[in-house]
Amino acid sequence: MTKLIEYFSYPFVRYAMIVGVLVALCAALLGVSLVLKRFSMIGDGLSHVAFGAMAIGTILSVNSDLVVTLPVTACAAVFILRSKKMRGDASIAILSVAALSLGYLLLHIFSPSANISGDVCTSLFGSTSILTLNQQDVYLCISLSVFVLCLFIVFYHRVFAITFDENFAKATGMKTEIYNLAIAIVTAVVIVIAMRLVGALLISALIIFPALSAMALFKSFRAVMIFSAIMSVVCAAVGILISVLCGTPVGSTIVAADLVVFIFCKLAGGVCRR
Amino acid sequence: MALITCEHVSLGYEGRAVVSDVQFSVAQSDYLCIVGENGSGKSTLMRAMLGLQKSLKGKIYLGDGLKKNEIGYLPQRSAHQTDFPASVSEVVLSGCLNRKRLFYSKEDKRLAAQNMERMEVSDLAKRCFRELSGGQQQRVLLARALCSAKKMLLLDEPTAGLDPKVTVELYEVIQNLHKQGLAVVMISHDIPSVVREATHILHVDSEPPFWGSVQDYMETGLQNR
Repeated sequence: MTKLIEYFSYPFVRYAMIVGVLVALCAALLGVSLVLKRFSMIGDGLSHVAFGAMAIGTILSVNSDLVVTLPVTACAAVFILRSKKMRGDASIAILSVAALSLGYLLLHIFSPSANISGDVCTSLFGSTSILTLNQQDVYLCISLSVFVLCLFIVFYHRVFAITFDENFAKATGMKTEIYNLAIAIVTAVVIVIAMRLVGALLISALIIFPALSAMALFKSFRAVMIFSAIMSVVCAAVGILISVLCGTPVGSTIVAADLVVFIFCKLAGGVCRR
Repeated sequence: MALITCEHVSLGYEGRAVVSDVQFSVAQSDYLCIVGENGSGKSTLMRAMLGLQKSLKGKIYLGDGLKKNEIGYLPQRSAHQTDFPASVSEVVLSGCLNRKRLFYSKEDKRLAAQNMERMEVSDLAKRCFRELSGGQQQRVLLARALCSAKKMLLLDEPTAGLDPKVTVELYEVIQNLHKQGLAVVMISHDIPSVVREATHILHVDSEPPFWGSVQDYMETGLQNR
């Protein structure tokens, strides 16, 4: 316990905690909608695109790679979610491996850093990057997360309507294109921020696990939303605590916590149904 | 003046027409049934009437002061709704969203409750939508459609997959809604029932498509094909 208090006196641990919890919250809310619209793999594909974009950012040695990753990922998200042809699982798979391998290739050829595999490992699995956030990053992450949260609260009922039945929403006069565009951009924002927390390869876990766990237990949309938000926040907090105390990689620890809760929910859901 | 008018409309995918040169209009007092074989473009036509699809040729327009958010729509049940976690009241309330407010008002909640009452699904309000039977789901979706339908109701094969008893009940419900003043447009294969229920028929796969009153339709002999 005293060890914990000591750790929390370091600003970087506090930053990690704040950013981690907020990102997990956003990812969980977004995840419910993506999973129900059958877009889980799209989240995964986009995270690989974000990795590719980050590689380019590193090569160009821009100040903060957000400048490159955010616009590129947002464009990719809009493109994929809008064109029906790109939504097939094969095209998504091609896009993700292409972005992943090109990113690594480019880093390998042009990287200014000596420790390429270390850099790559960090961005793929998150490892320690969340503990190296500077104050500017933290403020940026906080404001983006708060923005996403506000969108979700304000447009909650509309998110439900277009997730449940987009045709009905559109047919009865809702501007579904605008909301779909907003969801695409929010997806990109969440993925880009979450990449620093758990790394590109594990982002889908933050998006998918809370939604699926909640769906195993609850039968109304509101309950699913609330439970996945709570679960995601708790898992992120516990994961970060464990990784600080035991020195395990942050991203994988959070995902492991999510996995444990997911299995528990599935079991509980199975027992309840009987 | 008609609520919806279609003038020489052709519809299709990738330039190939499935429906060509359809001409009809729907007035406030009409109960129009669209009949035709599978794949004859009935649903496509309804999607075009709702603005979900562009027409290849011709014009579809709303008239008589009808606005898009005064139309109720009952789509065919889609596969992804079979595992969607949503309670019946959430589904019905979402029919109220076409007003320009972000959250549901007391008025919206009252409207939803009233329409659940009309469709006799009030006791299911807390139940999960995906666990209901086909007939119950159809009633819930109809209650949702009623929340957005001020003047007109469009139904895409409302009786598909329902057993005969439930089908008869559903026809009764729709007939009552029509008598209460809603214009109804329904897609169906079930020609014997349709000629009993509707006031007008649009037969899309004859050459040219037939549109007229039920009496005229009976005289063409199309119903026996």
